Amino acid sequence: YFSSSGYRISSDGKPAKFQLPPKPVIIDKQKQRKERRFLSPEFIPPRGRTDPLKFFIERKDMIQRRKVFNIPEFYVGSVLAVTTADPHASEKVTRFVGICIQRGGKGLGATFVLRNVIEDQGVEICYELYNPRIQAIEVLKLEKRLDDNLMYLRDALPEYSTFDVNMKPESRLDHEEVPVNKLQVRMKPKPWSKRWERPKYNIKGIKFELPEKKMKEAQKWSQPWLEFDMLREYDTSKIEDKIWKEVSEGLKK
Amino acid sequence: SITGACRAIQKLTRVRVVDNSTLGNTPYHRPPKCIHVYNKTGVGKVGDKILLAIKGEKKKALIVGHKMPGPTMTPRFDSNNVVLIEDNGNPIGTRIKTPIPYILRQREGEFSKVLAIARNFV
Repeated sequence: YFSSSGYRISSDGKPAKFQLPPKPVIIDKQKQRKERRFLSPEFIPPRGRTDPLKFFIERKDMIQRRKVFNIPEFYVGSVLAVTTADPHASEKVTRFVGICIQRGGKGLGATFVLRNVIEDQGVEICYELYNPRIQAIEVLKLEKRLDDNLMYLRDALPEYSTFDVNMKPESRLDHEEVPVNKLQVRMKPKPWSKRWERPKYNIKGIKFELPEKKMKEAQKWSQPWLEFDMLREYDTSKIEDKIWKEVSEGLKK
Repeated sequence: SITGACRAIQKLTRVRVVDNSTLGNTPYHRPPKCIHVYNKTGVGKVGDKILLAIKGEKKKALIVGHKMPGPTMTPRFDSNNVVLIEDNGNPIGTRIKTPIPYILRQREGEFSKVLAIARNFV
């Protein structure tokens, strides 16, 4: 590209001062990759008037436990295998494979529920993340689903909750972007344990085969003012940044 | 099942017999129901003995799993499972295919024969 700036004649009539063309900016896509940060949801303190010192001390204990025992990154919808120490088991160690349907609790009492269907019997176990009885947590398949809570799998066809106990861990090539499984699950005939079609549950992962009339009737229970309620707002972005720095420094030591 | 509210086992709960006994597996127009729980409280949890009404007969049974969430790290089943038992504790069936919680192993003395016929543990 030939710049003709040197030939530009300014308003005075004399040739204008030569201006260097702008330096080319090299965008190195390898370096510009944002480091994916994952902060486990149990670190974020709940909204309330408790003294932050309590959460600080709890986080110290959580970091201490994480240094000794590795708790991998996982989301609701990923398949995990948990080995627990059990005095009543024949080999003193029990292994359970299942899909994570819910992550609840904050701090050291954080739990996650794994579900699997064994011999046509649906089994769910609620494990505590920081329980010393847990020997190992492996992520066999890391993925997210369309919802944060997959409790509707109890009323879905059993094929959606069956996972092979001897499944091999799936190797992930990318260190970016956890895949979102946009699977729409088919349900057993009604009655269900909860009315999942109602807007309060806001479920995107079910293929509702209900007639239009029922879907419209379910919208009667919608509360569209809830998302604008200012007293329910809880912006966690700044808190998350602080806690992320704290946790990453604690784990490096 | 239709009712979902009370998930542990008490009087008049419909139950699913899990072993391969003829009494538990032959179809009948009424599902097997609990009529008494051998417990100080009337609520039966895993490892409690109950009296069942099956096919017009009374039979004792052992609870091996219920829909009610229990202590953490213990399994919660999608149906109320029960194993038919004699008065002395001998199971009537010969095989149990459905998974049984490991907690029953704690009372190995009372349930040794039931645990012996169980195939899968959770």
